[in-house]
Amino acid sequence: MVKDNNMGKLHAEKVNVYYGDHHIIKDVNLSIQENTVTAFIGPSGCGKSTFLRLLNRMNDYIENFRKTGDILIDGNDIYDKKVRVEELRKRVGMVFQKPNPFPKTIYENVVYGLRIQGIKDKSKLDKVVEDSLKQVALWNEVKDKLHQSALALSGGQQQRLCIARTIAVEPTIILMDEPASALDPISSAKIEDLISELKEKFTIIIVTHNMQQASRVSDKTAFFYLGELVEYGATDQIFTKPVKELTQNYITGRFG
Amino acid sequence: MKQKFDINRFKDNAFKYFGIACTLFGLAVLSVFLINILIEGLGRLNWQFFTSLPSRKPEKAGILICLLGSIWIMFLTALIAVPLGVASGIFLEEYGKKNKFASFIEINISNLAGVPSIIYGLLALEIFVRILGLGKSLLAGSLTLSLLILPIIIVSTREAIKAVPKSIREASYALGATRWQTIWFQVLPAASGGLLTGVILAISRAVGESAPLIVIGALLYITTIPTSPMDDFAVMPIQIFNWLSRPQKGFIENATAAIIVLLLITFMMNGLAIYLRNRWQKKIKW
Amino acid sequence: MVNKKEKIIESILMLCATVSVLTTIGILWVLISESSSFFSKVSIKDFLTDTQWTPLFAEKHFGILPLISGTLLTTFIAILIALPTGLSIAIYLNEYAPKRFRKIVKPLLEVLAAIPTVVYGYFALMVVTPFLQKFIPDMAGFNALSPGIVMGIMIIPIISSLSEDALYSVPKALREASYGMGATRLQTSFKVLVPAATSGITVSIILAISRAIGETMIVAIAAGQQPRLTLNPLVPIETITTYIVQVSLGDVVQGSLEYQTIFAAGIALFVLTFILNNISYFIKKKFQEKYE
Ligand SMILES: Nc1ncnc2c1ncn2[C@@H]1O[C@H](COP(=O)(O)OP(=O)(O)OP(=O)(O)O)[C@@H](O)[C@H]1O
Ligand SMILES: [Mg+2]
Repeated sequence: MVKDNNMGKLHAEKVNVYYGDHHIIKDVNLSIQENTVTAFIGPSGCGKSTFLRLLNRMNDYIENFRKTGDILIDGNDIYDKKVRVEELRKRVGMVFQKPNPFPKTIYENVVYGLRIQGIKDKSKLDKVVEDSLKQVALWNEVKDKLHQSALALSGGQQQRLCIARTIAVEPTIILMDEPASALDPISSAKIEDLISELKEKFTIIIVTHNMQQASRVSDKTAFFYLGELVEYGATDQIFTKPVKELTQNYITGRFG
Repeated sequence: MKQKFDINRFKDNAFKYFGIACTLFGLAVLSVFLINILIEGLGRLNWQFFTSLPSRKPEKAGILICLLGSIWIMFLTALIAVPLGVASGIFLEEYGKKNKFASFIEINISNLAGVPSIIYGLLALEIFVRILGLGKSLLAGSLTLSLLILPIIIVSTREAIKAVPKSIREASYALGATRWQTIWFQVLPAASGGLLTGVILAISRAVGESAPLIVIGALLYITTIPTSPMDDFAVMPIQIFNWLSRPQKGFIENATAAIIVLLLITFMMNGLAIYLRNRWQKKIKW
Repeated sequence: MVNKKEKIIESILMLCATVSVLTTIGILWVLISESSSFFSKVSIKDFLTDTQWTPLFAEKHFGILPLISGTLLTTFIAILIALPTGLSIAIYLNEYAPKRFRKIVKPLLEVLAAIPTVVYGYFALMVVTPFLQKFIPDMAGFNALSPGIVMGIMIIPIISSLSEDALYSVPKALREASYGMGATRLQTSFKVLVPAATSGITVSIILAISRAIGETMIVAIAAGQQPRLTLNPLVPIETITTYIVQVSLGDVVQGSLEYQTIFAAGIALFVLTFILNNISYFIKKKFQEKYE
């Protein structure tokens, strides 16, 4: 396929997903530009996570999973037979709803992605650890206990560690599935700040149930309902004058 | 109001005491047995007993050869059964979830776990001893016991792997790890406590086992210390069985003393396994 | 290249998993091939109906019934001990006992299952039989009763542990509904929990039976080596497993009819336990589906 500037960084075309007989994602078309933050919103069970996990092929291991349509990143079909899924995931990182550090040291958590690529150079690894932890504003809090268990950190710190771990691999896109929903308000605010900063370097897609959060951090918003992409546009527009009535009802809290 | 005699409450309490009695019955019998063994055998446990070869005179006989034999068997069996069992467990839990072959293996393993140990002896007699020509060697014995404990190791490997939360796997995949990298760097280390527990219990089972070894002909009067896997051997339980079947009082005493040693080994392994399990269960609260 | 490595690893793992299948095939092949030469000399009808088992004597009879009756007699005694005790322990620990008590007692009981069986054989022969002889003077030194009792004690934890797990996994709501209507712990246990956990308890009993049938050392040491068709627990008998041990201890020439008898006996043992194991496997599968 030829690269077309309108397709942006990431482009989904006529995407459908089925789990067995259940039709979960219905004919979704979507283009996302580089270095933007896109929020996915919608009621529970509408398929936000499913769609998000499509973008780094985390659904591959699920039984009965089937997809049609194309997903292109930088113009290349990520479901092409020739694509190595591990390579894809190095370029498209993911942060999960519940912080999930490995039961290892802070240091080992951050360098894991590099170690599995076979990088052994100690000074390189040290540098990546410092840079990544600084980027997520965790360095000062943990620099004296890099070799202690990551499980001893607070929930908010753990989540920032998980983000550091993700950016250490230098992806171009970061997917975040409700990254702040399991955290207290202060930790949650820190994550939001972080997202605004990370935008400089990465393309970010975030799923959230928090409307304020969506409006604060994102440039574009996509509203999903029952597996369909109902409305997609600039965040300001979606939150102030949505085109569809369904969107209007949802963001004003009339259902959801 | 006059308190009526409540038959249901009476029965309820009666059962409570019956339950306590049953529980204590098991424990009491266990204690009686252990005390009896100690009384009968402790006097015979001396340095000579540990360092002597078998003998036709009970007071000259010792457990040197069968103790070394048991240690050999322990290591050889672990060497064979642990890699095989853990690998099978990983395959079934991580790779083979949805295919027919895996569910066939699963029924098969559940069946093997219930096959009486003596049947493994018949298998080994034919395959290892005769067809492969391994004779009554340590290697033949360890192969036999390895097959016997394989189902135990496989099942406990699967349990340990199952206990590792999905989120750990997802985090690893999301960083670009392959399936094997995820298993090797994340799943196995996280499962190691449970895995180790299962392995130790399985090996402890192998150390106490005698029936299949008797079938392959390992009840021998040998007087040389085994130095290679191809040597003939004796193990503790078989020596005990041998002594028990002699009429002289002295041999019975030897048997009790040897039982003390065997129980010590068994209890230490089980204690270690329980300790590891508890520590691991505390640790895995992610 | 990395993909190739992954494929190789997967193949190796699969190969390891195949070993267990090969084991089963090996067992079946060995038992069938050796006993088929046996059955070419002894008719299956004789094997199943003759009431004497004397392959090692001059006048040979090959009726498996005495060995089966010996096996079932010791098993029956063992279950008679283990079932009421094990089930009561399970109910007591699950419904009555304080948490701390349960936590200490459960692993202690499991010690019973960890003791090598040759040790139990010693107990049966040297402790239980002399003790019982004080009350039953005409009991023989080798008999079915005391190994049966000792075997029963050994399998108590199989029944108590597995049944307790089954009782424990009965949904909380059921239990609370029963208490809510004023039932006692005993009524709740027997009228609600035990019925709801039937399949799990059944599995535990079947496993215990299968274990007792296949048990070798206890009976080989304490039950004697005299195959006889009897229900009398006070006289020497012989089980299938003991017979295999007895022949293995002697110098039987490979390929002789005597040698083949242990495989014929083995196949009888295998069939018995195989049927029991499969029944319990299918009950377990069904049971899992119900609660998941
Ligand atoms: N592995 C699976 N197998 C079958 N159905 C699934 C699976 N995972 C999710 N589903 C179904 O797909 C639908 C979409 O799920 P998804 O997790 O994408 O929703 P979501 O929008 O992320 O919801 P939430 O906001 O609650 O996280 C749901 O109806 C869910 O039940
Ligand atoms: Mg979701």
